[in-house]
Amino acid sequence: MTEFDLIVLGAGPAGISAAVVAAAAGLKVALFDENPAAGGQVYRLPLDTSESTQAAEERVGHQLRQDLAASAVQTFFAHQVWAATGDYRIDAIGPRGPVHCAARALIVAAGTTERVVPFEGWTTPGVIGLAAASLLLGSQQILPGRSTLIVGCGPLLAAVAAKTVANGGTIDAIADLASVGEWARALPAMLSCPELLRRGIGWWRTLRRARVPILARHTIIKVEPVGERLRATLAPCDAAGRPRAGKHRTALVDCVAVGHGLTPATELTRLLRAAHRYSRAAGGWIAIADQDGRSSRPRLYVAGDAAGIAGAAAAATHGASAALACALELGGADRSRLERLLEAARARHKRAARFGRAMARLMALRAGHVDAIAPETIVCRCEDTTCAEIDEAFQAGACDLNQLKAWTRCGMGPCQGRTCGDIAGELLARRTRVRSREYVGCFSARTPLRPVAIEALTGDFNYEDIPIPTAAPI
Amino acid sequence: MNASTRAVPGACDVAVVGGGVMGCTTALFLARAGMRVKLIERDALCRAASGVNAGTLTLHMTRARLVPYAIRAWNMWMATDQWLGPSALVRAVPGLSLAFTEAERELLRARASARREYGAPIELLSRDAALGVEPGLNPSLLEAAFCATDGFASAYLTGRAYHAALREAGVQMLERTAVTRVDRVNGRYRVQLAGGPSYLDAPRLVMAGGVWLEPLLALLDVHIEVKTLVNQLIVTERMPPIMRSVLGIASGLLSMKQFANGCVLIGGGWQGIGDRKRGAVETLPQNLIGNLQLAQHVIPALATGRITRIWLGLESETADALPLLGELPGLSGAWVIGCVHSGYTSGPYMGKLLAQAMLGEAPELPLFDPARLRRPPPSHVTH
Repeated sequence: MTEFDLIVLGAGPAGISAAVVAAAAGLKVALFDENPAAGGQVYRLPLDTSESTQAAEERVGHQLRQDLAASAVQTFFAHQVWAATGDYRIDAIGPRGPVHCAARALIVAAGTTERVVPFEGWTTPGVIGLAAASLLLGSQQILPGRSTLIVGCGPLLAAVAAKTVANGGTIDAIADLASVGEWARALPAMLSCPELLRRGIGWWRTLRRARVPILARHTIIKVEPVGERLRATLAPCDAAGRPRAGKHRTALVDCVAVGHGLTPATELTRLLRAAHRYSRAAGGWIAIADQDGRSSRPRLYVAGDAAGIAGAAAAATHGASAALACALELGGADRSRLERLLEAARARHKRAARFGRAMARLMALRAGHVDAIAPETIVCRCEDTTCAEIDEAFQAGACDLNQLKAWTRCGMGPCQGRTCGDIAGELLARRTRVRSREYVGCFSARTPLRPVAIEALTGDFNYEDIPIPTAAPI
Repeated sequence: MNASTRAVPGACDVAVVGGGVMGCTTALFLARAGMRVKLIERDALCRAASGVNAGTLTLHMTRARLVPYAIRAWNMWMATDQWLGPSALVRAVPGLSLAFTEAERELLRARASARREYGAPIELLSRDAALGVEPGLNPSLLEAAFCATDGFASAYLTGRAYHAALREAGVQMLERTAVTRVDRVNGRYRVQLAGGPSYLDAPRLVMAGGVWLEPLLALLDVHIEVKTLVNQLIVTERMPPIMRSVLGIASGLLSMKQFANGCVLIGGGWQGIGDRKRGAVETLPQNLIGNLQLAQHVIPALATGRITRIWLGLESETADALPLLGELPGLSGAWVIGCVHSGYTSGPYMGKLLAQAMLGEAPELPLFDPARLRRPPPSHVTH
């Protein structure tokens, strides 16, 4: 068992920055990530590094990886963390087998899960997440299709569309749940980060030049396979994302990229029994934490989007302030210097978060959006649980999300409820009298944090060496 | 009347505290006999031990003295359509208990013969005969005990089945409602509640609170120690068919079966961390790995399976590891049910027996008088 002062879980912008800053403050730091390199989703290392796209993400990612390489942080890439215990022992499976570490403090920088509000045909092959499309384009430089329809909400719509166009693909259309007015209202916050705003304007110019139709207040209502292609139907919608009367539009495309925002990844903080609350604006359930990410549990911090959606730029600044607060809590030397650094990190974070939170509001789950899900539509794609089955379980007396899970198997599959949990919770909450997400709760967090092969845990063993406890009385 | 002293509306002949298999079955049979029953559950129906256990319906793991009860309960499980409803996915498959070492063979034979004495139809099988029943077994086994009275349910559906049956029988269910205090008022039990209406009065009371029985009984000034076992369970992703029976080892520290959907459930009573105050807290990595090694040793094809979930269930046990089932000493009309070893298997029959006793009928099999375990009140009470 290797002992550290601090283990950082997740090597995206929040985790890298937290680890580097904490190591600079004198802490012995370990950084874990399931990916083979640091960067996270936004700054993922391109598969082929010989061909630079000169994208802004690539430059930032490169810088983050350089900072990390120059630090004293001990990195554990390609390590799947499957358990964390109350005394901050971390169990992971790496390329060379099981790894156990312990630390005085943890920073959880686990990022997000993309939300897709189900619609008819959403599980058809060729329908992918906006985040997945963004990864294909960014890290792998692969077009998701020759022609792509982009639907959902938030800044990823324009980002994915512009990158597709720049890589030689065709965008059939962008269907945005938001109105032009919603974007206009976000503008003052966007002005707080001119460099990010400039990037957004760049995307918009690319789309205009390519004459990509942008349909505000539109939603997708159906996808059906037509030979090797997909026919998607779009409809005008209300502010909640529910289709309303008006002209439908169909598109025949190779790929439909859809994303209805991001939800913070809280499996670890829930497993460690930190207090959580539901915040629609922050993306869903989040650990209750102060401005530096200090949770209700001693020496457990959350940083970046896992603490509430605020975007990649804010994730880096949040990671830094969490690391400094943690270094102070662990009794780091030169306190006044750490305190000064913390003040500066907080100020930088405030500015970056203002932008990110405006984007998060555009991506928040719209109250009423799930009302548009048809009874026969699948909600849990691992277990094929339909919306009608969720309704039946509610009628039969399931009054919280874990009872619903037991009675329908919704959330029991290999994705462990990451894909359907937010939607199932919203569906159930809207059916209860109090209509509260807190009332219906969220899926209990369980180990393993990701599915893990039995042989990876059992290793080589002799039957005689298994520590079998004493038999029960006869 | 203001909300702080609001009574649960409607007349009540019996209040059942605890909505697990024991409480639910008791409530169900009392209601069907014409009693007006109110069922109080602090969480949601069958979501503690009754909903998170391994669902094994076996005699191999049942305490020898409880075998006659378990056989009758097994028959009830196999006929749920006649008294409960069709929705707990109950399946009858043979059960095998295995020995891989000489010490285990000795244990296997002793346990099989002790249970046979109480009527369990357990026979010993040679290695080859056992491999005929379960071809996926590790061929290094020495001997097996075979029992046709075995099988499993999907425990997570238990609450759904009972909820429907209780609703149909007219039982009023008060979920998310905790009992905070019990008083005698005009010869009735006044049960104080938190979470909904503030109290209810009933001439009869059933305490069926599983591991929480100790504090519940203390509300009636009956002090009986109830230990908490924190049992670990592991379930895999769907796998191709790799086993078709319920598998265990002689010591009882493995229970394993594959459900129709392909998921393999591995248990056996390996302990995790938890207690009745905090609930299930976390698994112990060394126990998790030990449990998995045992399972993989028995069915080598498990090696490539992926685990999707590990959880802990709280099981109750008395000082003599025998049930609490009967009227509470000195408290006319107040009854207790619980702490039954292999309680999920035997639960429905225990509930049926208690209902018989409460209805003034002669129970088919003897109850287990709780008075034998009563202790003086703790002397260290500080208030």
